[in-house]
Amino acid sequence: MVTERLGRARAALASVAMRIRWRSPIRGPWLTSVFGLVLLCALPVVIVTGLLDWVAYGPGAIPADVGALHLPRLDWPTRPAWLFRLTQGLHVGLGIVLVPVVLAKLWSVIPKLFARPDRNLLKLAERATLVLLVGGILFEIVTGLLNIQYDYVFGFSFYAAHYAGAWVFIAGFVLHVALKLPTMVRSLRSRSLRTELRTPPARTRPEPPDEGGLVAPEPDPPTTSRRGALALVGGGAVLLAGLTVGQTLDGPLRATALLLPRGRTAPGDFPVNRTFVASGISPDAVGTGWRLDLGAVRLTRDELAALPQHTADLPIACVEGWSTQQTWSGVRLRDLAALAGVADPTGATVRSVEEGPFARAALTAGQVLDPDSLLALRVNGSDLTRDHGYPARVIVPALPGVHCTKWVAAIGFSR
Amino acid sequence: MNRVRMVGVLACVALAGYAATIIVRDPTLHPSIVGMLIWFAGALLLHDLVLFPLYTAADRVIGLLPATRVPLVNHVRVPLLGAALTLLVYLPGIVRQGEPVVLGASGLDQGPYLVRWLWLVLAMTGVSALVWVVRVTRRSAADG
Repeated sequence: MVTERLGRARAALASVAMRIRWRSPIRGPWLTSVFGLVLLCALPVVIVTGLLDWVAYGPGAIPADVGALHLPRLDWPTRPAWLFRLTQGLHVGLGIVLVPVVLAKLWSVIPKLFARPDRNLLKLAERATLVLLVGGILFEIVTGLLNIQYDYVFGFSFYAAHYAGAWVFIAGFVLHVALKLPTMVRSLRSRSLRTELRTPPARTRPEPPDEGGLVAPEPDPPTTSRRGALALVGGGAVLLAGLTVGQTLDGPLRATALLLPRGRTAPGDFPVNRTFVASGISPDAVGTGWRLDLGAVRLTRDELAALPQHTADLPIACVEGWSTQQTWSGVRLRDLAALAGVADPTGATVRSVEEGPFARAALTAGQVLDPDSLLALRVNGSDLTRDHGYPARVIVPALPGVHCTKWVAAIGFSR
Repeated sequence: MNRVRMVGVLACVALAGYAATIIVRDPTLHPSIVGMLIWFAGALLLHDLVLFPLYTAADRVIGLLPATRVPLVNHVRVPLLGAALTLLVYLPGIVRQGEPVVLGASGLDQGPYLVRWLWLVLAMTGVSALVWVVRVTRRSAADG
């Protein structure tokens, strides 16, 4: 019964496959390998910067329990100050830029999807792992794109799904590279890139028939050359780069991120990742009655402002890939530690007036002691606005934006 | 050789299975498992069985364009692909999905994105048309 059904399904697939006439005269192992090479070079950067994001979050990272599937845990450094701005900007930016390359790569191998299943069990198993590879990359692209645009339509934890999905993809990716690397190298050597870049559509000929069945046996006449196809995909990547890079730039160029939430800012302001209204904090809680609780001492805002102030140019960089550099002034965290009677802190816990999952952040000793780590009271020469964390917020070099707690209520320095 | 490949396949499946335990080990994520699987399979099926046939069909329609001295095909293809790619990548803003969260996060609405995208499509179409006209003119001049 089951074998009969399987047989029928196989026959149906085979008849569909036979009815499809692949028409592209440029589809073939060389073109596929060019896209493959680009992805082979660029995807590891996206993978590593993504995994670094988990490390940067420190002990509070989500998902918390990832078993052995993480880069070595380390105290995230505070120098260079733009470190997280770079890693997370690369992760999101490069991830977006690669979308057309991934789509082109999938287009270039799509005949294999409809190819007759092999009778060899090993080959069938290898083919099945492509579900992990292709499903994995598409899942990561879709969840990532939705997350950076604050669209949580999927309804599950983005962090857990994107992190687990990444490792599913990595599993498929590593096997695919191991299996296909020789084919890629051989195919790349079969044609000269320089010659292809000089070949117009009129002189474009199909690649010789290949084992994998990518080359169409009866192609249509060419409407574009391989050069044209590469330019099209490269152009798509450049277009997306141009529409994305603005979310990491300050000044008028930020507006070039035309279609991203972080291309816009209120006039004269810089982006926030949570407004005061959305925090649900009552205005009274950050009014004249507000005190900073350091355990041993409680300080009013005026008392904080009377302490020695330090100014530093520091970026705020968010997991969504956007970042901005501003000039912050306030009290050094290490001065506050001394004031609290902890001369040599081994770390700190910062608590916000706000309640919720990101209302508490743990800092390492290095992050507390960096001379530019501040409890900021002012930004760009003016008092913080409520959206930016008035009465006081934490700003630490290279710390993910989500841990730069706003509306700080208490800091506990650990001995 | 086959043995090595078999070990590779098994290692790949084992790693993917272990990755899935990140979700399984956290009881608070259990209600999400079905949703995650649906989105994983959905992304794959949507690409292979919807997106691919759709853009292939669109390309076939473009192939029906009347023959001109300078072929129109790529001058239609390029802006169309540009429009599709930007729509796909920046969809939430353009269709205003998730606006309350965007508002809570940034204090800004999603109002301008649809119009901006339409302008972008118009610009790509315009440039492509202009290049075509220039090419036709130059071809005519060359033909005398």
